[in-house]
Amino acid sequence: MSAAHPHYTEEHQAFRQSLRRWVDREILPHVEAWEAARAFPRELYAKAAEIGLLGMGFPEAYGGVPMDPFHVIITCEELARAAAGGLSAGLMSHSIGLPPVAHLGSEALKARVIPPVLAGEKISALAVTEPSGGSDVANLRTTARRDGDHYVLNGQKTFITSGMRADFITCAVRTGGEGMGGISIVVVPGDAPGLARTPLEKMGWWCSDTATLYFDECRVPAENLVGEENMGFMGLMLNFNNERLALAANAWAFAKVAFEEALGWAKERVTFGRPLIQRQAIRHKLVDMQADLLATQAFLEAVAAKMKAGEQPIADICMLKNHAVACMEHCAGDAVQILGGAGYVQGAKAERIYRETKVIAIGGGASEIMKDLAARQLGW
Amino acid sequence: MKILVTVKRVTDYERKVKIKPDGSGFETEGMNFVPNPFDEIAVEEALRLTKEHGGDVVVVSIGPNDATQQIRQALAMGAQRGILVQAGELDSDAVARVLQKLVEKENPDLVLMGKQATDDDANQAGQLLAGYLGWPQATFASKTEGLESAEEKAQKPGVKVADGWASVAREADGGIETIKVQLPAVITTDLRLNHPRFASLPGIMKAKKKPIEEIPVASLGVDITPKVRVLKYEEPPARLAGVKVADVDELVNKLKNEAKVI
Repeated sequence: MSAAHPHYTEEHQAFRQSLRRWVDREILPHVEAWEAARAFPRELYAKAAEIGLLGMGFPEAYGGVPMDPFHVIITCEELARAAAGGLSAGLMSHSIGLPPVAHLGSEALKARVIPPVLAGEKISALAVTEPSGGSDVANLRTTARRDGDHYVLNGQKTFITSGMRADFITCAVRTGGEGMGGISIVVVPGDAPGLARTPLEKMGWWCSDTATLYFDECRVPAENLVGEENMGFMGLMLNFNNERLALAANAWAFAKVAFEEALGWAKERVTFGRPLIQRQAIRHKLVDMQADLLATQAFLEAVAAKMKAGEQPIADICMLKNHAVACMEHCAGDAVQILGGAGYVQGAKAERIYRETKVIAIGGGASEIMKDLAARQLGW
Repeated sequence: MKILVTVKRVTDYERKVKIKPDGSGFETEGMNFVPNPFDEIAVEEALRLTKEHGGDVVVVSIGPNDATQQIRQALAMGAQRGILVQAGELDSDAVARVLQKLVEKENPDLVLMGKQATDDDANQAGQLLAGYLGWPQATFASKTEGLESAEEKAQKPGVKVADGWASVAREADGGIETIKVQLPAVITTDLRLNHPRFASLPGIMKAKKKPIEEIPVASLGVDITPKVRVLKYEEPPARLAGVKVADVDELVNKLKNEAKVI
């Protein structure tokens, strides 16, 4: 990519170069061991903070640094080289945990919560989904009742990324009546009395911790309320577009990594006297994958350009997420097929990426929900 | 203290360079360029020294206009300002003469340079510069404590400066030799002096606004007539396929009569 690229400036390229070397040194040598251990070290957050990765998109006053959607794409693309979605999700869990605080929180709450997270000293997570439902946010059941200087929480949250380790859990709770008008957001400290957590074993994303959280008369200081009582629903919605753009960028980036592994293999692997890539069945597959990747990239950059210009193209973002997920399913599936046995055993990037397609198809807005939302946004 | 650091624009060491068909140079089309890795170590050391003793780091590159990218990277790491001497390909002697002029203009307390650039591996400019300036030199600076030490983790400089002298640990064949040089001096950096920091995103944003002075080489009045002429570049011969030998006798015979190594 030259400096004259329509979307990527010289500063974008400098960031990419720095991040790529950081991933080479701090992540690639260790990622297999972290996957096996089902965790990456907590120190990685501080290292990520040093190069500005955690501060991206947050106010400079709290230790952040301005960015545009292309920084998000670069970040997803470079982190994806580790082919471990759990690492990307766990390391960046604050990118969904902090925005409600940054958008709606009081000055005091922002000053207390945001800087230590951006410095990599504390971990932030977002807790919305419950055992009784995920996509149906407006009907969540965890309650918080006011008791003097505290809110008292009762209920459960599940599938929470960084849920086991988080020091600040940005939690959606019901403080009022039914529906979206009764929802508030509180920041639950990791050591709040009455909070219990259990880890979940997953199909993929092994090195990120995922948890179910139990609130049993859990007491949270009232000053941890984010914004106003019963006004939390909007705060949750505000960041969905950014989250979904990042998920689409991730899906595309992982698809590319799987494709590149398969391409390399097809050039090397000789069967019946010729490299795989000379076989029509294989080369056609690879061309289809490449075409899918290029189309997805073009879609991704077009939506990112709109968002950079200040638009919130919700329907586009929904369709983009689904399109990118389909690209990932296509490329991961065919990459494993091309790799054959080598793609089925652990150690191949494609093997892991294949196991991690579903989490992106379900998380951050399931494909079916994305379609419904897109149709509604289009006025159908 | 004021430190002048050099940063050369070199081809990316992670990519294979292609020689032009006529052997006159390298293909630059599609090549990625990076700061010379030894120079990044020099920038890092300068930043640590000024953090400890106060002062400014000035980054100098001699090269094409695009070398501002490499200067910006050093500015993103934390250096205060940059100087680009706009010039074509110069040999080590011309580089040293150009730097001599800049040193006379800038009056730094210390010049830090990579021990060599990874493109031509000449390993001469630092030594020549010290010679032309009449300054002491300490080459191949390393870290006594090593790269896994607590000092390195705390980002302490390996070059120790006190009372107008710099103490420099040098990698020698039998171990580490420590010498003291009086400042101002020229110090060149070896691989095991420090782990350079990464340019951070906030650093990259700030670097956009830091000044880079552009100086055409002709305006310096330096004799840059080449003393070294490059006749031709060529690839090393491709490695031939191996052969299997039946027994030790055949191996010895081949080593003696074909390879002529025993």
